[in-house]
Amino acid sequence: MSSVDALIEGLAGVGYIASRRIATALYMAVHLQKPILVEGSAGVGKTELALSTAALLGLPLIRMQCYEGLDESKALYEWKYGKQLLYTQILKDRMGEHLSDAVDMDAAMERLHGMGDLFFSEPFLEPRPLMKALQEDDGCVLLIDEIDKSDEAFEAFLLEVLSAYQVSIPELGVLKAKTPPIVFLTSNNVRDLGDALKRRCLHLHIPLPDAALERKIVASRVPGIEAKLTHELVAFVQSLRTLDLRKSPSISETVDWARALILLNAESLDGEVVRDSLNVLLKFEQDIAAVEPQIVELIRRPLV
Amino acid sequence: MQGAMEDFLRALRAADVKVSPVEAIDAHLTVAMVGFADRELFKDALCATLAKTADEVDRFDETFETFFARETFQMEPPPPGADGEPEDLPPEVAGSELAQMLLNGDVSALAQAMEAAAERAQVSSIRLSTQRSRLTRKMLEEMGLTEIEQIIAAAKKLEDARSQALVGRLEAGKKALTEEAQRYVDRQHELYAAESGKNLREELLARKALNAEGGIDPADLAMMQALVKKMAKRLADRYSRRRNRARRGHLDVRRTLRRSMAYGGLPFEIVWKTQKVEKPNIVAICDVSKSVAAAAQFLLTFLYSLNEVVDRMEAFAFSGRMISVNDLLDDNKVETAILEVLKKIGFQQTDYGKSLEDFCDQHLDQIDRHTTVIFLGDARSNYADPRLDLFATIQKRCRAMIWLNPEPESYWGQGDSVMHRYERFCHVAKPCNTLAQLERIIEDVLRTYVPH
Repeated sequence: MSSVDALIEGLAGVGYIASRRIATALYMAVHLQKPILVEGSAGVGKTELALSTAALLGLPLIRMQCYEGLDESKALYEWKYGKQLLYTQILKDRMGEHLSDAVDMDAAMERLHGMGDLFFSEPFLEPRPLMKALQEDDGCVLLIDEIDKSDEAFEAFLLEVLSAYQVSIPELGVLKAKTPPIVFLTSNNVRDLGDALKRRCLHLHIPLPDAALERKIVASRVPGIEAKLTHELVAFVQSLRTLDLRKSPSISETVDWARALILLNAESLDGEVVRDSLNVLLKFEQDIAAVEPQIVELIRRPLV
Repeated sequence: MQGAMEDFLRALRAADVKVSPVEAIDAHLTVAMVGFADRELFKDALCATLAKTADEVDRFDETFETFFARETFQMEPPPPGADGEPEDLPPEVAGSELAQMLLNGDVSALAQAMEAAAERAQVSSIRLSTQRSRLTRKMLEEMGLTEIEQIIAAAKKLEDARSQALVGRLEAGKKALTEEAQRYVDRQHELYAAESGKNLREELLARKALNAEGGIDPADLAMMQALVKKMAKRLADRYSRRRNRARRGHLDVRRTLRRSMAYGGLPFEIVWKTQKVEKPNIVAICDVSKSVAAAAQFLLTFLYSLNEVVDRMEAFAFSGRMISVNDLLDDNKVETAILEVLKKIGFQQTDYGKSLEDFCDQHLDQIDRHTTVIFLGDARSNYADPRLDLFATIQKRCRAMIWLNPEPESYWGQGDSVMHRYERFCHVAKPCNTLAQLERIIEDVLRTYVPH
């Protein structure tokens, strides 16, 4: 964490090949103690970045998947209703004993107020991911995945957590983080996020990688792959991305494909192997149909 | 550096990258942390703190490169041997820093002097392209150009070989300096003013009446399409998501009872009824006949953008007859789509009656009580039967009927316009002939008539 270069190396050590821009953003996030909003198309390694950071720093990873309808009782905390219920029943049983010697109603009320009110207290609190992240003593990596899928109301509610690393619980007051977690938010741009949220975050857009970076990623993710095959398959994927496809293959598809090719014992690309395994790379029937006739031509393209 | 950062942030704002005060503070913190020794690191770090969308990242990169671009001066080195012996120069030269810098070919000193002069001449406050030459001159004067001119004038009178050589070198230096100053001011103009000029044009365009004489200037067409697209996206962002909104006060008895099982039958967790907020379901019908020719392009552009952003939308176009243009809009880029629609059905004699007949024959099943129908047209029926009965049928089936007419209200009902007769069946009928109006009305429509 001492410099950007050290960070790139460290991430490479845990199997994440980061570009300079990614490493810089991460470096800034750690040192400025700001959440980092990661955008990019599906499969470019947004979630992976958070996982790798956790592995690199040796911190626990707490993950929260967002979806429509996610609310604070699922994200932050909930009261343990069952236990609270039991508590009131115990209280009722004990109440008679305690209050039996009170002379009149006023005295009984007085005594009642004097008893500690445990009904809303921390033992009855069921922490959910966000609160868990704040309670970790040594800090942690908090991954809020696909924030764009959540509702706007939820986004607003995140603001307090993200800017001050604290939560307000109406019944208890403010709980502050012991060590601010490193927060990653990821977004697929399903909808535009609010300015207030963006303002509190550093922004990182992960584009599809260039050929050199992608080769490095494949080599690191798929150990034992031949350099020649890596070269060929990355060139093939890169040329696929220039086509007009519904869903261009991203890094995760490239890696999956490389693994598939290893399984198929392919030593280099040829028309047949590619045709057989194209469904690993392309996820839409129309895309596969569009690419299939061009396979041979695409393989023959000079390597970049 | 503080001053330079402020200027840079201002340039970013001019380039439409939103930089709030908090982000400005972040930027300064960032700079304090990473320093400026490593240009790449400096740039990436600032980018992470300031640019918040992929678009903004692109604009940030561009602005950064322009802002921190400093071309080295194209200067001829001083003639060899000249610096060895003390030159016999007129005393004015010794008095003028600029002359010395020029004669010594000291490019870094010149660059610094230029920065300082630019600050004194307030070049960064440039607003209009017409200010460029004045600011260039002012900046050069701040650097001491007048002295150089005096030296040149004085040396010219002397007419000996050495003076002539001096004149030659100074003239060359002056020329290089002027060119450099012009480039500098151009860059500043691009940074601070180019965007505001564009914004101004966009604003004017948004308020321009689209059925005015000649319609939209072809030069503005691309800009208008971009504007319409932005507008449609803005609207869709706000209204296209389905949400469940809690309705406090209405107890959902069934679900509360079910939840109570976990607590021994006590209704401990109370569930309220929620209301589903549905996505807009729109049928848009667009008139592309001769009488609305000027506005047709604009209406179609809007239709196209709406089709891109609203999931459930059916689009129709008509002049003599009516056709569904969904496929055309889906399959083509915006320019070709509009052309295709116009080629297929456009600019014929309007026949509202016939078109409504077509619609009711073939597409009436598209309309149910969740549908909002948007009619774009001038209601000029060429004195043919407007078929109000069919219009009423549609109106009865749909949730809301909205008519947007590119003509001003005072024209309604005049000549062959039957707007007033149709109007009776519309929930809303409004004139709409500028982009700004269109956005306001559509926003109203989505807020009021799309189920919430």
